[in-house]
Amino acid sequence: MSKLSRRQLIAAGAVTAAGAGGLAAAAKLAHRYGLVPPDSGGIYGPGETLTYAAQRLLTRHSMAREFSRSQISAKPLQNEVAPLGDEFKRLQAAGFADWQLKVDGLVANPGSFSLAELRSLPRRSHITMIQCEEGWSYIAEWTGVPLSHVLTLVGAAPQATHVVYRSFQTEWWESIDMADALHPQTLLAHEMNGGQLPVGFGGPLRLRVTRQLGYKSVKYITGLTVTDNIKQFGKGLGSASPEAGYAWFAGI
Amino acid sequence: MAETSQPRHSFFVRVTHWLTALAFLALLVTGLEIVVSHPRFYWGEVGNVNTRPVFKIPIPASRSLVPTGYGYTLPDQNGWSRYLHFQSAWLLVLTGLLYLGVGLLRGHFRRELLPTRSDLSAKRLAASIVEHLRLKRPGAEEAWSYNVLQRLAYLLIIFVGFPLIIWTGLAMSPAFVSAFPAAVNVLGGQQSARTLHFLLTGALVLFLLVHVFMVILAGFWGRVRAMITGRASAR
Repeated sequence: MSKLSRRQLIAAGAVTAAGAGGLAAAAKLAHRYGLVPPDSGGIYGPGETLTYAAQRLLTRHSMAREFSRSQISAKPLQNEVAPLGDEFKRLQAAGFADWQLKVDGLVANPGSFSLAELRSLPRRSHITMIQCEEGWSYIAEWTGVPLSHVLTLVGAAPQATHVVYRSFQTEWWESIDMADALHPQTLLAHEMNGGQLPVGFGGPLRLRVTRQLGYKSVKYITGLTVTDNIKQFGKGLGSASPEAGYAWFAGI
Repeated sequence: MAETSQPRHSFFVRVTHWLTALAFLALLVTGLEIVVSHPRFYWGEVGNVNTRPVFKIPIPASRSLVPTGYGYTLPDQNGWSRYLHFQSAWLLVLTGLLYLGVGLLRGHFRRELLPTRSDLSAKRLAASIVEHLRLKRPGAEEAWSYNVLQRLAYLLIIFVGFPLIIWTGLAMSPAFVSAFPAAVNVLGGQQSARTLHFLLTGALVLFLLVHVFMVILAGFWGRVRAMITGRASAR
């Protein structure tokens, strides 16, 4: 049994103290630079924080792969959707003429947009992949107004840190940080593969987030809230996903 | 007769060995659970129940989206499974980097894992293969130096198996791939990465089974004790 010399003990103590100090400093910096996800508490917090921080440091402005027209999936898959109910059917029967996107929170000009208004705004298309957390995927062309454009129109405050987005299916609400909210590929999509966005794929309006898994691309968007305090929503974990046991950051 | 023991495995080898074992087990269990949500595998960029799979695993799924032919779905465990899978992946990668760094600095790989040229002669290799196939119990001296097949197997796992499974895993990350698209393009697409990741899991599990079997063949408690305490009975 080897004996630890006093020098070794002191050295070990110094290294541990330096390590602990380093960790504390890193944690403080991480919080200041928005590198800690809202679901960082709990036993999976360290892994989530490492993942989110690494991605924000390495991939903040990167663009999801865009594919050629010939790579568009001939048979994209509609995931199962819970029944949407009579109110939705009524809106659908009216061609979604009454659909409203309410925008509020830390914005200079809160208000709401109809679909016609959103469709009249500048549009961007990209042919990108949707990856479900289950493992399957498809490629489609998504067309819509960049979220960044809408945020500029409503005068989102510069200290905003997150955008919360809500669905007609009220139990499915999500949020993204400003890196994703202002990302050029993040769209309020109203068209898919050149035609109106079908209901099965999230129509009339879907928030398309290209660099995260499909469950962040919430369907049937009815509201956006700009915020600088994501913890005040729901149970303070960032979105409905961590409340259901799924990671808030789905970039992996 | 008093038993003397001598040092066999260093502290860093023991710690990284067991941390890797823990991380791998957690990754395996959670990974298999994630497969249960969509037990079909494809090739190329995209794949879903509307496209033709390369192979299907004939088990019930945890999502009714997949027509498995069973009349029920298994309970959905993807939430915590994914959280634990990615946290264990960090443990594996950080431990691996530590092992590589300290190992290279201390000449661990050169000393313990690199076979000598004479080891690699066709005659010696063939003899070692035959010994293993005959399930010959190793002699006492073999506790002190890995034989040539062991060295090759460990090198393959450390420098090929694990890096590949980490790479194919990262190739399924939308954010990682957005910054490093070559990681997935080189593999042939996202579904190819997923299928390769699964096949590599099979290979690593095979290694694990053979590894444990061989440890049992060599004398389980002696070997495990050496990998925990660092000491083995004197040669």
